[in-house]
Amino acid sequence: MKVQSAMFYFPEEVIEHIFSFLTHHPDRNTVSTVCKAWYKIERLSRREVFVGNCYAIRPDRAAARFPGLRSLTLKGKPHFADFDLVPPDWGGLAGPWIEAMARSCPNLEELRMKRMVVSDESLELLVHAFPNFKALVLVSCEGFSTDGLAAVARSCKSLRELDLQENEIEDRGPRWLNSFPDMCTSLVSLNFACLKGEVNLKSLERLVCRSPNLKCLRLNRAVPVETLAKIMNQCPNLEDLGTGSLLADQFSEAYVSLISALQKCKKLRCLSGFWDASPLCLLAVYPICANLTGLNLSYAPTVQGQDFINLIQHCVKLLRLWVLDSVGDKGLAVVASACKELQELRVFPSDLFAAGPATVTEEGLVAISTGCPKLNSLLYFCHSMTNSALITVSKNCPNFTRFRLCILEPRKPDPATNEPLDEGFGAVVKTCKNLRRFSISGLLTDQVFYYIGKYAKALEMLSIAFAGDTDQGMTYVLNGCKNLRKLEIRDCPFGDGALLADVTKYETMRSLWMSSCDISLRGCKALATKMPSLNVEIINEWEAEMEENLNNGVAEVISNNNNKHINNGNDERKVEKLYVYRTVGGPRTDAPDFVWTL
Amino acid sequence: MEGKSSYGGNMEYLKATELKLGPPGTDIRQEATSGVSTRPKKRAMTGPTEQHTKSKVQVVGWPPVRPQRMNSFRARRNETVDESGGVYVKVSMDGAPYLRNIDLKILHGYKELRTILEGMFKCSSLGGAEGYDEEGYAITYEDKDGDLMLVGDVPWEMFVSSCKRLRIMKGSEARGLS
Repeated sequence: MKVQSAMFYFPEEVIEHIFSFLTHHPDRNTVSTVCKAWYKIERLSRREVFVGNCYAIRPDRAAARFPGLRSLTLKGKPHFADFDLVPPDWGGLAGPWIEAMARSCPNLEELRMKRMVVSDESLELLVHAFPNFKALVLVSCEGFSTDGLAAVARSCKSLRELDLQENEIEDRGPRWLNSFPDMCTSLVSLNFACLKGEVNLKSLERLVCRSPNLKCLRLNRAVPVETLAKIMNQCPNLEDLGTGSLLADQFSEAYVSLISALQKCKKLRCLSGFWDASPLCLLAVYPICANLTGLNLSYAPTVQGQDFINLIQHCVKLLRLWVLDSVGDKGLAVVASACKELQELRVFPSDLFAAGPATVTEEGLVAISTGCPKLNSLLYFCHSMTNSALITVSKNCPNFTRFRLCILEPRKPDPATNEPLDEGFGAVVKTCKNLRRFSISGLLTDQVFYYIGKYAKALEMLSIAFAGDTDQGMTYVLNGCKNLRKLEIRDCPFGDGALLADVTKYETMRSLWMSSCDISLRGCKALATKMPSLNVEIINEWEAEMEENLNNGVAEVISNNNNKHINNGNDERKVEKLYVYRTVGGPRTDAPDFVWTL
Repeated sequence: MEGKSSYGGNMEYLKATELKLGPPGTDIRQEATSGVSTRPKKRAMTGPTEQHTKSKVQVVGWPPVRPQRMNSFRARRNETVDESGGVYVKVSMDGAPYLRNIDLKILHGYKELRTILEGMFKCSSLGGAEGYDEEGYAITYEDKDGDLMLVGDVPWEMFVSSCKRLRIMKGSEARGLS
């Protein structure tokens, strides 16, 4: 009997059950390619889908393939959109995805989106099309207002999670909180910290009162201490709290109430918010510090100096800490001595223009690395860094998976030696074998890229700015980093030679971004010709603007024919912004006029 | 007496008409006007332009910090500097739909003021050392007495203490002031 025929007697249910142990998306993708039978079983049993680039596949195709979908994660704009490098109206529209899911995937329960444009209408559709909808997570999204939130609140029968992180939400008033129906008691997680406007405090209190399962609550700055205290008294089981404004008078009832409320919250593990935090309110927090695993003070410039030290020294179980550089090297030294379990540290700049008296330097970073050997994730903004510090840090913490260092002044050398920082960053990639994400800055030559290409074998995402000397730099990376998925480059002297050095590489990656580099239209066209499976998109605001000016001045309508621009002869023109990504969806059909697909 | 020549050299066109309390032929020390790239906010600048100024001209999208944090920095600057006496003046430009606000206390001179204003209003020509042509603009301000003055005549510190409001005027109107 042929072994092969044994496969046909293997019941589908068993295979499906085996697949259910595969939680890692790439694994599920892999098994689906084994044979037709497995493809079919896999796709019908798939419950979670992750689409890292919403233009990599057409929404209806994804929806049709996975009709049993319960959870969808989508990412839209390129990462540099966070820093204003992508013009508004670039794309990343959620509408087509929600519509496609509405047609084919009625069981959708969770939708997570990052850097996408979502309209209020889409939110309405979302809550009406999916009767089991439970969780909406929006990160760095825009295009909707509090009316959209009201629609979600109003219509979701069993909403568990509404998590809004760093979105641009148009404020149309505080009424949206009233929209949660009285019978809605299912909330587990509510985060509206990014909302800029007022909220209806009474509605908030009532909502919290009838949500016994609430574990995570993050308020916005408009919520005063009085309300916070009332809420805390209602939720002794809260695990994750984002405070509102922490301004209170020592002798106020609110303050006293807050202290007693906080003491009751034995399960509180994660704290954030701390807007306008007065030192007094910090005192209220001390009793719960010992159990904290997460602390985000990055929106609290008032928490610095001795106040910060007094607070942090109690946080002995801390795993994640986000602070401003105003805590200074001194503050970081206390972190190093107190927070021995620390795994993730983010230090954000508080004053972008000048190195004030208390900012952080390489000393603070070295202290942290010495005191917190479990550190594996770092985001550090500083005014200067030395090679020797970086070498020491990597020796102390060989477990980095994410290492992002941003020296605020572009191309700044090691101040002790005036040399580039190649050796320092090189030490990081040599020592940290599990490094998956890397951002580098300061004065850097091609040498650092040689090191990255040679040693950073696990690297998946690399961000480069104001670095390198020649095309060779970028080529080292493309040739060496076998697992590279995302490469984003700005203001580097890489040209067509680098872009075309290894064109098949881009098929193994999610995307490439290059802006203010040295590439030309000729190079981009060559790439597009050689690799039809990629979308090679150019963002050219200059020409689009010139055409707009022409349109305003001239009576006849000039057609927005992309070919006219692309083929008007001068291929030597430098390309300002290039975005290349692999796709099975073909060229975008929703590209605005300043995005040209070659 | 030449006084502290702490004002920038971009008002050179006025030199001939300036009243100087000194012997004829003496030169007032001029700061070199640096030609800061003023292309509109579409192309990032290639690195810092001057090492010695604390207030650097901003590169687009740098440092890589999300807008929410940037805005909270600006709000914070407003809050903290106001407590220590920040000098906030409104800046209007003829033809622009909305005004801007600028803190004169954080600037160090006329040259920096010009640079910041050029960045804010994305104008390639705000009048200059070479004089201004018909398409140029002139920077004027309203002083304590309510008079409309041309920026650059008085020492910087005096300007900061007397300036109530800035206005960028179209060249044709402004010519009347010289």
